[in-house]
Amino acid sequence: MRAPLSDLPIVLEDAAVVVGQLTILNDVALTLAAGAPTVLVGPNGGGKTTLLRLAMGLLAPSHGRVTWGGRIDAASTRRAIVFQRPVMLRRSAEGNIRYALSAAGVARSERAARAAELLALVGLSELGERPARKLSGGEQQRLALARALAKEPQVLFLDEPTASLDPTATKAVEDIIRTVSERNIKVVMATHDLGEARRLAGDVVMLHRGRIVETAAAASFFDRPQTAEAGTFLAGELLV
Amino acid sequence: MKTLSRRMLIAIAASAVFAGHASAQDKSIVVASTTSTQDSGLFGHILPMFKAKTGIDVKVVAQGTGQALDTARRGDADVVFVHARPAEEKFLSEGFGVKRYPVMYNDFVLIGPKGDPASIKGSKDIVAALGAIKAKGADFISRGDKSGTHQAELSLWKVAGIDIAKDKGPWYKEIGQGMGAALNTASASNAYVLADRGTWLSFKNRGDLVIAVEGDKRLFNQYGVMLVNPEKHPSVKKDLGQQLIDWLVSSEGQKAIADYKINGEQLFYPNANDSGA
Amino acid sequence: MPHDASAFELILSGDPALITIVRLSLIVSLSAAAGAAVIGLPFGALIALARFPGRELTIVVLNALMGLPPVVVGLAVYLLLSRSGPLGSWGLLFTPQAMIIAQTILIAPIIAALARQTIEDMWVEYRDELAAMDIGLAGRIATLLWDARFSLVTALLAGFGRAAAEVGAVIIVGGNIDGFTRTMTTAIALETSKGDLPLALGLGLVLIAIVVVVNALAWGVRRAGERLAG
Repeated sequence: MRAPLSDLPIVLEDAAVVVGQLTILNDVALTLAAGAPTVLVGPNGGGKTTLLRLAMGLLAPSHGRVTWGGRIDAASTRRAIVFQRPVMLRRSAEGNIRYALSAAGVARSERAARAAELLALVGLSELGERPARKLSGGEQQRLALARALAKEPQVLFLDEPTASLDPTATKAVEDIIRTVSERNIKVVMATHDLGEARRLAGDVVMLHRGRIVETAAAASFFDRPQTAEAGTFLAGELLV
Repeated sequence: MKTLSRRMLIAIAASAVFAGHASAQDKSIVVASTTSTQDSGLFGHILPMFKAKTGIDVKVVAQGTGQALDTARRGDADVVFVHARPAEEKFLSEGFGVKRYPVMYNDFVLIGPKGDPASIKGSKDIVAALGAIKAKGADFISRGDKSGTHQAELSLWKVAGIDIAKDKGPWYKEIGQGMGAALNTASASNAYVLADRGTWLSFKNRGDLVIAVEGDKRLFNQYGVMLVNPEKHPSVKKDLGQQLIDWLVSSEGQKAIADYKINGEQLFYPNANDSGA
Repeated sequence: MPHDASAFELILSGDPALITIVRLSLIVSLSAAAGAAVIGLPFGALIALARFPGRELTIVVLNALMGLPPVVVGLAVYLLLSRSGPLGSWGLLFTPQAMIIAQTILIAPIIAALARQTIEDMWVEYRDELAAMDIGLAGRIATLLWDARFSLVTALLAGFGRAAAEVGAVIIVGGNIDGFTRTMTTAIALETSKGDLPLALGLGLVLIAIVVVVNALAWGVRRAGERLAG
């Protein structure tokens, strides 16, 4: 039996994204390899979201290329993404997960059990029957995570997952991310919260004005930033 | 739960579509007749008697005479029952009908405003009255719809020596609608209009209208009934249709027609025995 | 129906002819709304989500068809179903089935056009998620139609209202046969032409009341659904 093709490493070569007159990303050269979470940091508008979408395969580069495990057009069956503001389907929480399971090709007879597992993983077992749109922000974020995990992805992209959450909800989400990473799922995550980056990152990629400014292992980045921009940013000053 | 209600909806929809159709297979025929006959209420009176006797459901589609004959030509009716002899004879000669039976007659009356601008009220001469209307340019409503009433109106203008197609003025208004609509329009604009007595007697919206001219022999209106020719349209229910025709000309049917009265007045005079009718 | 009774006397006495007429009106127009939904909802969603040459033209034509004149539809269906027409052997002319067919054709564009607009607006919100889950076109149509179900109720009501209100199509293909194809609108037309205006007006008010009740029921269903499903 052949092992399923791997999407890792994800390699972006000389990638750029240009929309009309606006260059959103430029000169992007990056390798996302298996292992600890990769965290994207940098001021807002720097291109973090666009980079995530590019690596997920939701948009094509205007220039350069993206490969997954060496392949150019790899279907996204082994990758999942949780958006900054996830959209809940108009059905129960469990219904949302079952939908994702169905989309991932899971047999109908297995869906109930798998949905229960996923609800438990994200701590929403009690809220399975609740209409998803009536969940709180934090609960919806966790549900979106469960949905993404329904397809048993190899890579999980997260776009500012705790941006609008209170500390309790933030901790809940970060705990799930840690669990996911421990299950050997590669996490690639954007955040503007430096504390969160410190808590979760294996390595850090800093973006400013559509360019990668610095890439380093977490400890190196936070303790000994190499670039002026990184230094300014870490010092908490506005980087323009 | 969801699948159950979805199935129920489909079942309801399907039965709605098919249930009505099933009952149409019971004994029933379609009769193309005229709006004036329907508006008079005659069918409501005599058809239940026919159904009680034979069990046949008679479905009357009421249109203008021209349209009724057209419907029969297309094979969409089994029997046609109208009142325009020349058009009926033409229908027969084209091979669409089997045989024409006279059934009954009623008369037309000339209706007009109480104020009587053409000064014809009480006259028994329809031809002179029409001449006066044209001379005075008094408002006149014509059905203009190729109906039996319309054709009777046109032939009366001809008898009066008036080429109405050429000589009409703004006083002559053709509305292209049925008898009730024509009476409504005449009532609203205080105009003259030729109507069959039956519709006039049941008409409720008279306003200032009264009968201006009646009793002239030329105002008599003969009804005939024909079976649509099954050789032209095999789908015609010829046995059931013939039963209706036979009943209409039988003494029982003729009596039912004579017995129909509005406010004590008889509307239709049975004359199936009159071979010249 | 008795000649001299007012509409309200007929309602209070439960006049059987009136009940037959009301029942037929509801069956015809509700069936047409259901049929038009089955055709129009997926079609509208398809136009909203698929990209094909001539798409903009299709949308313009679809919107224009919302204004199909009922008499024209009636005439076209009449010619189709007449014994002398292509579908004459079905024997459907002058039956309630013909009326349902005509009204379904009349209102399907309304439901399709409104569905298209609703789904296209929803797509903006759902696009990322459904793309991320790799949902194909058929799946998108089904998912969005289901999620939009409360908004689409309004489209269905618009279609039903149009059907219940029209007289041009049903009178031509139905023939206004007493006790068989007479609906509220054709009865009103008949009573008007007979000059019984008070009765016609009363029937008109009854018709409006019925349509209001249907709308109220649909509203209730929608609110209950929203409370349950969010």
